[in-house]
Amino acid sequence: MATEFHNLHDLRQGTSLATKVFIQRDYSDGTICKFQTKFPSELESRIERALFEDTVKTLNSFYCEAEKIGGQSYLEGCLACATAYIIFLCMETQYEKVLKKISTYIQEQNEKIYGPRGLLITDPIERGMRVIEISVYEDRGSSGSSSSRSSSAASSTR
Amino acid sequence: MHFGVGEPMRQCEYSQINTRSSTPMESPYNKGTLRRKWQTFPGRNKFYCNGRIMMARQTGVFYLTLVLIVVTSGLFFAFDCPFLALHLTPAIPVIGGILFSFVLGTLLRTSFSDPGVLPRATPDEAADLERQIDVANGSSSTGYRPPPRTKEVNINGQTVKLKYCFTCKIFRPPRASHCSLCDNCVERFDHHCPWVGNCVGKRNYRFFYMFILSLSFLTIFIFAFVITHVILRSNAAGFLPALRDSPASVLEVVVCFFSIWSIVGLSGFHTYLIGSNQTTNEDIKGSWSSKRGKDNYNPYSYGNIFTNCCAALCGPLPPSLIDRRGFVLPDTPQPAPPTNGITMYGATQSQSHMCDQDQCIQSTKFVLQAAATPLLQSEPKTMADERPLPGRTSLGEPCTSLPLGQPTPPTSSPNLSCEAELLSHVPETHHHFLTPEEAPSPPGMLPCGSPLGHSHTMPFYNPASQDSLHEDSVRGLVKLSSV
Repeated sequence: MATEFHNLHDLRQGTSLATKVFIQRDYSDGTICKFQTKFPSELESRIERALFEDTVKTLNSFYCEAEKIGGQSYLEGCLACATAYIIFLCMETQYEKVLKKISTYIQEQNEKIYGPRGLLITDPIERGMRVIEISVYEDRGSSGSSSSRSSSAASSTR
Repeated sequence: MHFGVGEPMRQCEYSQINTRSSTPMESPYNKGTLRRKWQTFPGRNKFYCNGRIMMARQTGVFYLTLVLIVVTSGLFFAFDCPFLALHLTPAIPVIGGILFSFVLGTLLRTSFSDPGVLPRATPDEAADLERQIDVANGSSSTGYRPPPRTKEVNINGQTVKLKYCFTCKIFRPPRASHCSLCDNCVERFDHHCPWVGNCVGKRNYRFFYMFILSLSFLTIFIFAFVITHVILRSNAAGFLPALRDSPASVLEVVVCFFSIWSIVGLSGFHTYLIGSNQTTNEDIKGSWSSKRGKDNYNPYSYGNIFTNCCAALCGPLPPSLIDRRGFVLPDTPQPAPPTNGITMYGATQSQSHMCDQDQCIQSTKFVLQAAATPLLQSEPKTMADERPLPGRTSLGEPCTSLPLGQPTPPTSSPNLSCEAELLSHVPETHHHFLTPEEAPSPPGMLPCGSPLGHSHTMPFYNPASQDSLHEDSVRGLVKLSSV
């Protein structure tokens, strides 16, 4: 029973959540926000390694830009200090601007690349910037056995 | 006959109710009242203005700070400024006013903002981590507690250990620490400051620093000009008449005199910390001290003081990760409740009521853990032995209050190696002592007295030997005995 997926909403209607893959943070460069580019084994059959790595690397570069300490952030910091930080009530910080860009990028990736492959990326900001959560959806009709397998695995861990 | 007529109607009613309230979560939403995330926040924080303002639970000392600053400055503007503006220059009240508003602005900003709290892990994340840990440990965890969970990371050539937080169910990022008073993991945790009624962490450290710096200037300013005022009056009329004419000056001088030592000392200390890009927590533990080893250095430092200062004060301000004012949606995964490592795959629906049932759940879990785990382990029990039993605990008794769960208590500074810094630490050690009823223990249990004695009983913290589960099980048993 193959269902045509026209958008993410349709995707979820005809499928069930099989598992969630978590891409953890990479702290080798310190406390800056950076995610591991290691390709998880659960996604091996679902998406090409290059596409996945490209997504994570782009996200990492966005976060690097957000946390960059340079002219813009100094100006923002000094201006904010001079106005006793009241300016933050009216102005959007550099970080917030980049977060919006990230959100748009993730949405775009979901629609173009991950959605059609039955995957869904959750914006890391919704998980406290700890992980990139990738939900793996299975087609309800074709994967009755795999979903029952995953549910029995869940019950055995209890 | 009567029942025959009524029953089909009743049956219709019953089936209607069933479909509507199939899960306990749905009933609040059908009424049209969605709860905001701050209302179900699992930490021990207080929220005001519908989630816009976030503070620690104990705010008494914060009000004291406010009162001291406002009253002293108010007296200065009311009694000393008119004379000084007339006899010296009107710039004095203007500068004083600017300093005062800056102090207040930064204080409120520090106290009301999110210090950088890390949200707790969702059940899926927690389960995934548990699975990874089991694989790493060889999955031989049956019955007894699992070994302490750490991950090692190499940062700029220095090996840093990331610890697992049993309460938040995450591996803490480097420089993050769990605040026992607020029961949250905070990024780049500096310390918990009762004077501002909040933790000081990544997001509000610069406000805190500007607050203490501007307060130093303000106290020195007021002190200097009050002395000037009294001297000028004494020249005209004599010392005692001068004091009689402006009695407020005496109070101001006394307050400022005592404040200057602590505030200026604290500013100096934090200036040093900023310059070397360390947190109070790291400095107290001597994490990057050369005494630990020849190759021990701070991997987060940028190398020069100027860059470190700029990074700390003018770096980008990260957004709050906890989204206080967002709405709790039916499909939003709620954070997993803290356990001792046993995977509890509870339904996400029940966790939305965590805020209400938190105390009950926590206490019950501690009791269960206590029953499940053996009390006597081979760990060094200097802390556990000195725990008093409930019933005998009173506010006056020196009590070894142990920070809840996690190692690295923020304000315990028992072994300050540098005596010169002791003075600046005094307000910080007092921080912990000034909130004696703030039980750093499971909610509703063991109100501990002023823990003056506890600083001497805690040796230099060795995080590797800390076992929060052990502490939890001990606490659970004590609770059990008090029931």
